Amino acid sequence: MNRRDALGRVGLILGGTIIGAEFFMSGCKSGSTVNTADLAKPETTAFLDEVGETILPETSTPGAKAAKVGAFMAVMVRDCYTEADQKVFQEGIGKLDEASSKKFSKKFMEATAAQRTELLTELDKEAKDYAKKRGADIDADKLKHKDEKDYKGADIPNHYFTMMKQLTLLGYFTSEVGATKALRYVPVPGKYVGDYPYKKGDRAWALS
Amino acid sequence: MANFNIDSKSERTFDAIVIGSGMSGGWAAKELGDKGLKTLVLERGRDVKHNKDYPTTNMYPWEFAHHGQVTAEIREANPIVNRCYAFGEDAMHFFVKDKEHPYVQEKPFDWIRGYQVGGKSLLWARQTQRWSDFDFDGPARDGFAVDWPIRYKDIAPWYSHIEKFAGISGNLDGIAELPDGEFLPAFPLNAVEQRFSKHVKQHYQNRHVISARCAHLSKPNQIHFDQGRAQCQKRTLCQRGCPFGGYFSANSSTIPWALKSGHVTLRPFSVVESIMYDEKLGKATGVRVIDTNTKEAIEYYADVIFLNAAALNSNLVLLNSTSSRFPNGLGNDSGTLGKYVAFHNYSAHINAEWDGDKEWTTDGRNPAGGGYIPRFRNVYKQETDFLRGYAAGFSAYRYRETSSDGVGEDLKKNLVNDSLSGWKVGSHMMGETIPKKSNYVALDKSQKDQWGIPLLKIAVEYDDNDAKMKKDYVEQMTEMFTSAGFTNIKASTDNRAPGLDIHEMGGVRMGNDPKTSMLDKWHRLHACQNVYVTDGASMTSTSCQNPSLTYMAFAARAVDHAVSESKK
Repeated sequence: MNRRDALGRVGLILGGTIIGAEFFMSGCKSGSTVNTADLAKPETTAFLDEVGETILPETSTPGAKAAKVGAFMAVMVRDCYTEADQKVFQEGIGKLDEASSKKFSKKFMEATAAQRTELLTELDKEAKDYAKKRGADIDADKLKHKDEKDYKGADIPNHYFTMMKQLTLLGYFTSEVGATKALRYVPVPGKYVGDYPYKKGDRAWALS
Repeated sequence: MANFNIDSKSERTFDAIVIGSGMSGGWAAKELGDKGLKTLVLERGRDVKHNKDYPTTNMYPWEFAHHGQVTAEIREANPIVNRCYAFGEDAMHFFVKDKEHPYVQEKPFDWIRGYQVGGKSLLWARQTQRWSDFDFDGPARDGFAVDWPIRYKDIAPWYSHIEKFAGISGNLDGIAELPDGEFLPAFPLNAVEQRFSKHVKQHYQNRHVISARCAHLSKPNQIHFDQGRAQCQKRTLCQRGCPFGGYFSANSSTIPWALKSGHVTLRPFSVVESIMYDEKLGKATGVRVIDTNTKEAIEYYADVIFLNAAALNSNLVLLNSTSSRFPNGLGNDSGTLGKYVAFHNYSAHINAEWDGDKEWTTDGRNPAGGGYIPRFRNVYKQETDFLRGYAAGFSAYRYRETSSDGVGEDLKKNLVNDSLSGWKVGSHMMGETIPKKSNYVALDKSQKDQWGIPLLKIAVEYDDNDAKMKKDYVEQMTEMFTSAGFTNIKASTDNRAPGLDIHEMGGVRMGNDPKTSMLDKWHRLHACQNVYVTDGASMTSTSCQNPSLTYMAFAARAVDHAVSESKK
């Protein structure tokens, strides 16, 4: 890899943001007190599979469940998240279920596909608003610290749904079905063409 | 131990010993083997055989447990090496982990190492530019360090020698400060890189944006097929080791070539404790090795010794090679051993946007990484309030830009659509730093490693010249980007420690005067003429080119000299 593409390995770049980067690059301590084994329980991965499938459903190409994003989320949260993020994620599962109960008087797993989509669309908006406010709070906190060198970053957690969505996207688009069926995956390009006409509407390339 | 056959001294005697099997050691081994010398190559780490020992090279992203990410546990256990851009789930097995081989940071220094056959040549960024006399003249003209005892004409044939065998792609650009070489076809610049290249050529004197020259087989020749290598397939997964041998590494090229000669023996798991010196003979007689598995100390003997342990470890070996003749380290009559260490300053970047050429994109992946801007500051005369200058990378790219709002079918449709952003451009600085006595490495007085070898203490830091140069890079690039019509220009600087550039150099510098330098113009220790040091340790100054090509040329030239001396 070239030094210049260092970003590429961190995760997918989508919509101008690097998916997953802020979780994987954070320097906080893990050494967790959160029981991440719970995440690997079949009922939890099944739950996360359905969350993922609602975010990226099966269409003409397989959905997130076919890419086993539930198990992927469990592994990534257990191994790659900091303790603080693990806690937010784990509590998020309960919160999501609670939101479903409140809205539909049904747990998430019992809700219909349409209800799930409706709920997660709301949560997506909530998470986006939260992220905006979080960004502003962090900027304000930065201003309070004059010497950037010693600034460790504000300790403001992310929204649990941001985590679930980003892990779904990362897991899906780097999975076999996501990379090869939904995207164009070329492990061995064999060529580099510097000037290539851009045609809008092509399928996007998967990470190598 | 009977199996080892190390009991007999004759079994442990060679014509030549090479300490280190990486970028420069591999070349010493190859050249010695080609010339028929019975050679022992010592490597402190494990063997890494081409292809056979690249465990991740053909893995798909989904075959990695974390799809390429580094786990929290590994990140936290390795704050130093985790800062390296190439340290990921796919290549971490080729990096030294922080706790495996401790060192003492008197000042913060990110020492990035690869302890295995091939060393860091498996992991390098593969950028290869020649030096010119604008570089070799630097210390003498600008009054720092000591004068280089060689000039471009001394090294030029050896650059050619290396380039033909290693395979370097590039254009004949005709730039005096970045001499042309024996090139395979260059990788192309994309639409915006070309645009900027033309703009700079038209509007600036002595500034150039060229296709980065790199050690990739864009179009292999017979000599590359003879090595068992094939055309670069543009996977850009180089850090895993390349199954095609598409880029140059010691593992794919020099080491197997050397072994094929029949004259070279490779001994992994062999950390060199010291070089032995015989006062009566007035020369080095061999090396003392510790087998890292058995912890047994073994002595090997040879007429000539090549020290290629990578810059700072070559310092360590000499510092630890003491005798009554050399109480402060082998060959250290000048007192300069371990001092005048320098590096490259990579701590500034700049990004911007270009609102045009949207009908163009690229296809495939560019192993060269894009454009290269040779040093343009203080080349023909001193023109700034700082010494020397910087090279810069330059690349243009488009990324997938699409809404990731919402959930469900629309989101999926948006994300799989190759809807590209406008062009983004980026550049990073590669600055020369000035070697100083106060930037040094030394043996720690009390702490030792698991083999009883003192730990290396590193005290290296930036100076005021670096700060001024960094500021100038930001100013000049901002001005060039502005005049090219780029918008939303954002410069960023970071506070990285030295070392993360992975271009640490010096400590065993070359020079004409034995009173102020360690090595002569042939890379021999002034005071112990059968020991050659031809890796980064030998650098009198750093200039700003990526240094590996120069180390390789030094190694080949030094072997040629050693062999011709032995025939006298």
